[in-house]
Amino acid sequence: MANFQAGTWLFRTFSTVASQPLRVCVVGSGPAGFYTAEKMLKAHQEAEVDIIDRLPTPFGLVRSGVAPDHPETKIVVNQFMRVAQHERCSFFGNVTLGSSVTLLELRELYDVVVLAYGAESDRVLGIPGEDLSGVYAAREFVWWYNGHPNCRYLNPDLKSSDTAIILGQGNVALDAARILLRPTTELATTDIASHALAALEDSSIRKVYLVGRRGPVQAACTAKELREILGIKDLHVHIKETDLLTTPADEEEMKNNRIRKRVYELLSKAAMTRPSHPSSDARELHFVFFRKPNKFLESDERSGHVSGVRLEKTKLIGIRPGERTAAGTGQFEELGCGIVLKSIGYKSVPVDGLPFDHRKGVVPNVRGCVLSDTSGDPTLLEKGLYVCGWLKRGPTGIIATNLYCAEETVASISEDIKLGRLTSSSNSGREGLLQLLDNRNVRVIPFRDWEKIDSEERRLGNLRNKPREKLATLEELQKVATD
Amino acid sequence: MLVSRLSAVRTQMIKHLVKAPLTSAPKTGNFSGHYGYIFHNPKHQTYSSTTAHEEGDKKVEEISVTFVDKDEMEKHIKIPVGMSILEAAHENDIELEGACEGSCACSTCHVIVRDMEYYNKLEDPTDEENDMLDLAFGLTETSRLGCQMVAKPELDGICLELPSATRNFAVDRYAKAT
Ligand SMILES: Cc1cc2nc3c(=O)[nH]c(=O)nc-3n(C[C@H](O)[C@H](O)[C@H](O)COP(=O)(O)OP(=O)(O)OC[C@H]3O[C@@H](n4cnc5c(N)ncnc54)[C@H](O)[C@@H]3O)c2cc1C
Ligand SMILES: NC(=O)c1ccc[n+]([C@@H]2O[C@H](COP(=O)([O-])OP(=O)(O)OC[C@H]3O[C@@H](n4cnc5c(N)ncnc54)[C@H](OP(=O)(O)O)[C@@H]3O)[C@@H](O)[C@H]2O)c1
Ligand code: FES
Repeated sequence: MANFQAGTWLFRTFSTVASQPLRVCVVGSGPAGFYTAEKMLKAHQEAEVDIIDRLPTPFGLVRSGVAPDHPETKIVVNQFMRVAQHERCSFFGNVTLGSSVTLLELRELYDVVVLAYGAESDRVLGIPGEDLSGVYAAREFVWWYNGHPNCRYLNPDLKSSDTAIILGQGNVALDAARILLRPTTELATTDIASHALAALEDSSIRKVYLVGRRGPVQAACTAKELREILGIKDLHVHIKETDLLTTPADEEEMKNNRIRKRVYELLSKAAMTRPSHPSSDARELHFVFFRKPNKFLESDERSGHVSGVRLEKTKLIGIRPGERTAAGTGQFEELGCGIVLKSIGYKSVPVDGLPFDHRKGVVPNVRGCVLSDTSGDPTLLEKGLYVCGWLKRGPTGIIATNLYCAEETVASISEDIKLGRLTSSSNSGREGLLQLLDNRNVRVIPFRDWEKIDSEERRLGNLRNKPREKLATLEELQKVATD
Repeated sequence: MLVSRLSAVRTQMIKHLVKAPLTSAPKTGNFSGHYGYIFHNPKHQTYSSTTAHEEGDKKVEEISVTFVDKDEMEKHIKIPVGMSILEAAHENDIELEGACEGSCACSTCHVIVRDMEYYNKLEDPTDEENDMLDLAFGLTETSRLGCQMVAKPELDGICLELPSATRNFAVDRYAKAT
């Protein structure tokens, strides 16, 4: 890190020399990365922003997370595309922080580095049987149906039983449940990956259990996603009426939280509605409340494969005013299934040389400025290093949350520039990075090559009455990009 | 109501896209497909005064709207009756986001009506708008989505505030302690 402290006389501060370009590298091209780039370009006329991503494709979870049956949510990429096409902005795909280039190298090359590489791992339950086959992280399942190259060959087992258990009741859990339960004729005209569509067409899953460790008032999903799944054609929704009984603490929680109140009301309404004309092919969605997973059960017939989950009943106990957590009661029950999706939250992974708070799974920061350690001392700042999005706040929030998050991080950068805290050396920015990657034989995918992928995907989609047919392996993506 | 035919059609189209039942046939769409078209096709001529002549009984065909931006700066604009607030903001270079381009799927077009009296003149939000408002950043009692608000004569003089992140972004509102 000598480069950042030594020989200040060599450096000029940006506040005094405006004509000098401000070289900015954003790592990660999801919403946090693109919103940061957009706001940097706007706030600083001298800024040149390079966005790198480990994939050949941009847009992060807008491409690989947002459900295929939510095309209106993906419209935001129009805005991101305009950012990428800005004359002072470049996108370099196929460049991985940590292997193609190190953090130290990036910091030497650029005046400002903003890390926005999301959360690409999973929280773990830490209970027996978690590594049995048939137990997947929801992240993997989502990547699989969205054509992310890392999960192209996941091949989740949808054939060996009619039941799937999803642990967690957040929006990701609801997305996964909806994809399992929605008629495939309706999915066929979305941009769902074709390998996933074929497997879902063949799927024998008819019943999905959504298991929450707390009650219907605390369910983590939002009304929009809940309303949508409750409206699936020929779906029988099961909710135990006794689970819907509320306590004064529940009432208080709903009074203070509009989302919780509206979600609870939707669940109550669904519990009261009986299907009008039961059909034989009906699918079932069971909301299971006040149960936490205790152990994954192994199948007798298929060794190494999951056959169910042992659940412990819970009750809520207050830990702080307005905050209640689920405590086990020592009573257990078993629920059989052929597949389990753990949808209990994502988790970020650190890279070499990056301060990281392993407990919270985020980079320690104040308003987006990276702190040197987790002591919380706001004076120990990593000069020129910033963070945004899920890596900064943890894996929660919608796309729009990252807009405000980026505004905050960019405000911090601007303040540092104004106060002369950033120094410019002979950093070579883009040219230096491209040179280094070339020396390492990294095949960079610039935005115009992504545009080739984009138009090929649309062309293929067009043939199948889909908005796009995603190319789901790195080989295919690279081939189309280089052709 | 004096709405020229084209703008009425356009508003209808937006509404249609927005209000399509969430669970009916899946919504197909693509990254820069028809939604974008609806939005980015400038049609100032649509709002010419000729229709006022043809149908002419009403006087007000444009209303005055004041936007207060993040730095408390005011901007006064005229909006033709029938046009959505989001669209009007964009045509007048007001920095109102609209990530989903008016499909009621992002909440970034959130505006705060300054005066309760005006707020009460608006029709109640639909379930779909409320679902998005749930997630709006810095929600207030008088928050609405700009893409769902259509200019009408009663709203003449309304003042809309753009919520600011730097004013109140301290913690992620959705982060829960677990
Ligand atoms: C399944 C799912 C569905 C969702 N659906 C919705 C929805 O419908 N509506 C909504 O508003 N929000 C939705 N969200 C939330 C939204 O997607 C997130 O808030 C947002 O994507 C987070 O943005 P980010 O930029 O921090 O991370 P990401 O979007 O994850 O972007 C991170 C980027 O960094 C790249 N990257 C990772 N590691 C490296 C590395 N080492 N080097 C270089 N690049 C790297 C990745 O390839 C990726 O492109 C959903 C989230 C999930 C998980
Ligand atoms: N359409 C959309 O807008 C959309 C779609 C998908 C995702 N998203 C957003 O993306 C973010 C991530 O979603 P998410 O569903 O991954 O996270 P989430 O909303 O935080 O939900 C996590 C779920 O896992 C449970 N959980 C966590 N740890 C557990 C444990 N040890 N044992 C049992 N259960 C546990 C939580 O229960 P507790 O509540 O008890 O902790 C909760 O039900 C959210 O902010 C979400 O809104 C949005
Ligand atoms: S523009 Fe997305 S909700 Fe209004």
